Amino acid sequence: MAFESLSEKLQNVFKKLRSKGLLTEEDVKTALKEVKMALLEADVNFKVVRQFTKSVQEQAVGQGVMNGLNPGQMVIKIVNEELVKLMGEELVELPLKPGNDINVIMMVGLQGSGKTTSAAKLAGKLKSSGKRPLLVACDIYRPAAITQLEVNAGSVGVEVFSMGTRHKPVDIVKAAMEHARANQQNVVIIDTAGRLHIDEGMMQELADIKAGVQVDTTILVVDAMTGQDAVTVASTFSEKVGIDGIILTKLDGDTRGGAALSIRAVTHKPIYYAGMGEKLDDLEPFYPDRMASRILGMGDVMSLIEKAEAALDKDKAEEMSRKFKKMDFDFNDYLTSFDQVKNMGGISSVLNMLPGMGNKSQELEGMIDEDAIGRTKAIILSMTPQERGNPGLLNPSRKKRIAKGAGVDLQEVNRLVKQFEQTKKMMKQMPGLMGNGKAGKFGKFRLPF
Amino acid sequence: MAEEKKKGFFKRLVSGLAKTRDNIVAGFDNLFSGFSSIDEDFYEELEEILIMGDIGINATNAILTRLREQVAQQHIKEPAQCKEILIRSIKEQMVVDSTDYEFENRKSVILVIGVNGVGKTTSVGKLAGLLKSQGKKVILAAADTFRAAAGEQLTLWANKAGVELIGGQAGADPAAVIYDAVAAAKARNADILICDTAGRLHNKKNLMEELRKIYRILEKEYPEAYLETLVVLDGTTGQNALAQAREFSQVAKVNGIILTKLDGTAKGGIAVAIQSELDIPVKYIGVGEKIDDLQKFDADAFVDALFLRKDHNEC
Repeated sequence: MAFESLSEKLQNVFKKLRSKGLLTEEDVKTALKEVKMALLEADVNFKVVRQFTKSVQEQAVGQGVMNGLNPGQMVIKIVNEELVKLMGEELVELPLKPGNDINVIMMVGLQGSGKTTSAAKLAGKLKSSGKRPLLVACDIYRPAAITQLEVNAGSVGVEVFSMGTRHKPVDIVKAAMEHARANQQNVVIIDTAGRLHIDEGMMQELADIKAGVQVDTTILVVDAMTGQDAVTVASTFSEKVGIDGIILTKLDGDTRGGAALSIRAVTHKPIYYAGMGEKLDDLEPFYPDRMASRILGMGDVMSLIEKAEAALDKDKAEEMSRKFKKMDFDFNDYLTSFDQVKNMGGISSVLNMLPGMGNKSQELEGMIDEDAIGRTKAIILSMTPQERGNPGLLNPSRKKRIAKGAGVDLQEVNRLVKQFEQTKKMMKQMPGLMGNGKAGKFGKFRLPF
Repeated sequence: MAEEKKKGFFKRLVSGLAKTRDNIVAGFDNLFSGFSSIDEDFYEELEEILIMGDIGINATNAILTRLREQVAQQHIKEPAQCKEILIRSIKEQMVVDSTDYEFENRKSVILVIGVNGVGKTTSVGKLAGLLKSQGKKVILAAADTFRAAAGEQLTLWANKAGVELIGGQAGADPAAVIYDAVAAAKARNADILICDTAGRLHNKKNLMEELRKIYRILEKEYPEAYLETLVVLDGTTGQNALAQAREFSQVAKVNGIILTKLDGTAKGGIAVAIQSELDIPVKYIGVGEKIDDLQKFDADAFVDALFLRKDHNEC
């Protein structure tokens, strides 16, 4: 399969290593050659790859991998460490001045990288953390860019400052600063036009904005799918305009995101956020160490756990595990668990975070129909509270009514009831699954690893 | 502005490609002058150069395999001779058949699809301008009812190109917009209906389903029209562009590629990869934001621009 994920590629390499008792020098070479190819296929820049493999090679030799008891694991560890080193060691948050000081944030990047959407997402995020943001429409070139910003800003409830397309961006920003001061807004987010890094005039426009007002943070917005050129783009923006951090967009696609590695390696600037979808709340903190281990196929376990913790209401979780143990869970619990998964960003997002899923999560995603979950919910919601609590009540006439209420075929109701009974049976056969205390940290939400 | 016009499309492409070109060309020159014999190191160096141009591993391997065969068959000893062979073989691979533009001469529907932010709406606008200038009656369908202001953006392009646009309310069913547009195309006896669609990541099932629905409507309501599906790919995208093209081919009969944003630095390489692995031709390339910045793909010019130095003053 040509489109194996980088995780899978590396896993395959390491499987080969694991299968041997002792690591020969030839093995390390073979492994690194495959690591190199995998990284290149993931669009990591060639020079970065070369530097990376060289560094791993040195580390591996220096640490006496060949004498290790488990050489495969040792190499994974070193590759992981080096990846983490490249990605930046830990989460860096967007720096913000406290109080009423105005933070000026400028979004820059190529056309189509997702600046306008990210600007609105960021504004929404800051608003919900108690800031008072103002969006400034400085894309005076792309047709309807201002309207796009206004629509997006409207849906997160943030004001847009715009002066149409006839003023210079630097003048718009200056006026916006006045406006922000007058209205006690403390974050000003400038949405600039997409531009090519080789377009001198356009790059100068950004420099002009920076010269005209004090920009606290310049964020380069980069499409995670960018190829070898990511390095040129990032370093040119870095040189000509100066950047403080990065937002990586479109990470919800199936891209292997090698660009993230490249950009980090050349700019040494932190990636503040990752854009994970088209909805306006899909802007997530970027954990470099987790991205590294995700690349290595260890999954984004930490993210999953954290999300699970946030999504699960502790009390409800305990209630549920009690019910599971007693085998008296009912359709209400079904509903609760759907909502919990939904709070974690839907099944597909949970799947993506599981280690070793890689391509499989794509396949599974195709199989798991999020629509079907919606229909299931509709069926349950069409039941009376009594029926939900006591599925035994469901006779044919009730089922017919439920099917009508939910707008589905009777068979679907039957299927759900059957599935429910099977689940119950399954729980009975596996008493240890939900009950054991080790999973206590996040309620009884047992992760499958 | 006038000077820019005079500078001509190809010049702009060459200058746009300049930086990558310089990288590749410099690498090329070093390679062919630096090696005295064709050995494994030579091939390895060549491999790196091609990969740096986003040509991708598989396509690069295919190119190298062909080169090795020819070197063996023709008993080539000098690295310099490889250069000519290499360029010729990539050109042959990239040639677009004239029948590939069949849709331009028939009553047709062009469906433009792609992931978010690749330049679909812009390409639709430019394509409308291009076809209009050939004397065609063009109608645009603004079926991107999802992205904020996409409809407005296309309206501005429609005005620039001087063509009619059929739109829908934000959030409306895109299939309904297509339905209306087909009715309009029939009523006005339009030559070509170009449909802009919402950006969709190729791994999102629902959006791909929506695309299938659009197909069903076109097949049912407008069977007499020739259906041409063009996938828009961002020239700065790396190997994921292949995944995009491949996934879209699974829901749609993809006839060609519009490769955009070729006015930056890295570029071109991915076109070779797509042609090599998926056998989908690049039909148009976009090299700027002006309405005439979309042109038919010219394999000779393109490959030369990628690999050769200063041979194009005459263009």
